[in-house]
Amino acid sequence: MAVVEREKLLEVKNLKKYFPAGKKGVLKAVDDVSFDIYKGETLGLVGESGCGKSTTGRTIIRLYDATEGEVLYEGDDVHDKKSRSELKKFNRKMQMIFQDPYASLNPRMTVKDIIAEGIDIHGLAKTKKDRENRVYELLETVGLNKEHANRYPHEFSGGQRQRIGIARALAVDPDFIIADEPISALDVSIQAQVVNLMMELQKERGLTYLFIAHDLSMVKHISDRVGVMYLGNIVELTTSDELYEEPLHPYTQALLSAIPVPDPELERSRERIILEGDVPSPINPPSGCRFRTRCPHAMDVCAAVKPKWQEAREGHWVACHLYDEEAVKQQN
Amino acid sequence: MEKLLELDNIHVSFQTYGGEVKAVRGVSFTLDKGESLAIVGESGSGKSVTSKSIMRLLPNKIGSIKQGSIKFQGKDLAKASERDMEKIRGAEISMIFQDPMTSLNPTMTIGKQIMEGLRKHQNMSKSEAKERAVNLLKLVGIPNPELRVDEYPHQFSGGMRQRVVIAIALSCNPKVLIADEPTTALDVTIQAQILDLMRDLQDKTGTAIILITHDLGVVANLAQRVAVMYGGMIVETGTVDEIFYKPKHPYTWGLLASMPKLNAESKELLAIPGTPPDLMNPPKGCPFAARCPYAMEVCLENMPEATDVSSSHKAACWLLDERAPKVEPPEEALVGGAR
Repeated sequence: MAVVEREKLLEVKNLKKYFPAGKKGVLKAVDDVSFDIYKGETLGLVGESGCGKSTTGRTIIRLYDATEGEVLYEGDDVHDKKSRSELKKFNRKMQMIFQDPYASLNPRMTVKDIIAEGIDIHGLAKTKKDRENRVYELLETVGLNKEHANRYPHEFSGGQRQRIGIARALAVDPDFIIADEPISALDVSIQAQVVNLMMELQKERGLTYLFIAHDLSMVKHISDRVGVMYLGNIVELTTSDELYEEPLHPYTQALLSAIPVPDPELERSRERIILEGDVPSPINPPSGCRFRTRCPHAMDVCAAVKPKWQEAREGHWVACHLYDEEAVKQQN
Repeated sequence: MEKLLELDNIHVSFQTYGGEVKAVRGVSFTLDKGESLAIVGESGSGKSVTSKSIMRLLPNKIGSIKQGSIKFQGKDLAKASERDMEKIRGAEISMIFQDPMTSLNPTMTIGKQIMEGLRKHQNMSKSEAKERAVNLLKLVGIPNPELRVDEYPHQFSGGMRQRVVIAIALSCNPKVLIADEPTTALDVTIQAQILDLMRDLQDKTGTAIILITHDLGVVANLAQRVAVMYGGMIVETGTVDEIFYKPKHPYTWGLLASMPKLNAESKELLAIPGTPPDLMNPPKGCPFAARCPYAMEVCLENMPEATDVSSSHKAACWLLDERAPKVEPPEEALVGGAR
């Protein structure tokens, strides 16, 4: 897949998001993360709970204010101080789909009002009739029908609610959608329905997605490129095929080998890399490379120096001393 | 082989304001000594309710076993008294729950919670029980067990807590261990640790495991036999190889096809259209008929009988009737060796 010569939609540069923790503590949820998202692609972001993938998504859309760093949307910094009207204009371009379809819809609003909220705020419908028609159209787009418009969220199943969430995001005709674990609360057969819908919409409308999830097989399926996060850092980023065929970072390797595959014979014969222990606390992360405490290949240099974010192969970025010739030489 | 547990035609219903929900409708299966059986299905398929009825943990006032028997070592648990059940729970049959964050008591030390069962069922003295608790923690791979035995649940991470829950479940050497989504709340790397531990412990202790899950990867990893549930019924059962490589029921095909495969080219997933049936008014015929691409008229009217495919493999589907048209599973449902 040609990564070059494509238009950047979003540039994340040295993004940091710290939360206060206790009296003096600082929780570094996202610590110096940089990546680009190209127009029309799906970038997957994977990692275990607490790795900062959701915080990254939420900081990009400015649900959180960044501690440091920039998020450039078509060259325009999202976190720059902006007036209300400027923000409003920006909000139309970027939308979000949330994880829990039970908690992200207001139970006291009808589906019609939920979906039309964005339409109202941005004044996209001139008459009541127009507003209604837009909602009906959106419901049909996501595979529901217009009879559903006057019902309340509790009358729907999880998969249907997630469709409503998608319709709400689409209501303002955005270019870029951040989907934060959109399918992890759903059953397997329903997950496939929602993923197929998202891919269809992308084709039809030329949407760009940031797809955040912990389910690597689903992320591989939907994404063009995938970034792997660990404890607030991105440790590896490349095309999804390359990541699954030739993972470079020891954490990615372990993560891939940990997924149980629905194939009994393969499961019996497979050698697993089983990581020892748990993810350390982000309040007091290890020095140098943050993965070194669980890494089977850790060297002395890993504790001393933070690994550089470098392009090990074309389009394949990794932060690991194993791929840094100087560091390996020093070690020997 | 010796039948340890035998469920015969179990029906479980719940009384709600809206009416009676028939959550489990005629489930039968057997469990041999030392084997691991996985029950797979989506939420609402009745898999957890089935396991809870074995333990008789259904909510007292609203849920009840309407019909059928649960034979455990010759005794019918469906009719056993609460007193008898207390002797069986935790001692003979024990359970691991899904969420390690809520299944431990936050006000008691880990050691006390492990010792509880030992003191009750095995009449151990306090010091004996504590020694055993330390050994159990060591067995499930908790570092510094002598120190950690006196700590509280909040001092443990999610994966460590699930290890503690497993230690409690295994404390009295049960014959059957029911694991209800034991790794669903955990991260993949921690899940791999726990699955590894469970397989290892089964080798060591010879406990039979009933694994309840929706994750076919976990099933392939741990189970020897599989029962697929849908709409309160078992629609297909067989050895793990039969279910994955020679599935016969269209719902099993749908489950296998809707999972993305890491090693395959990415194309559109074969989703199962629609949603599971409403068990308040369960369909007259096959529960899957409304979503089944191969449904015939007979499917809507009559429930298919379980048909033997091999001595260990059964499926309840009209397609297996000799009068039915021959249908091949979709390509997307083929796994590994069958591909």
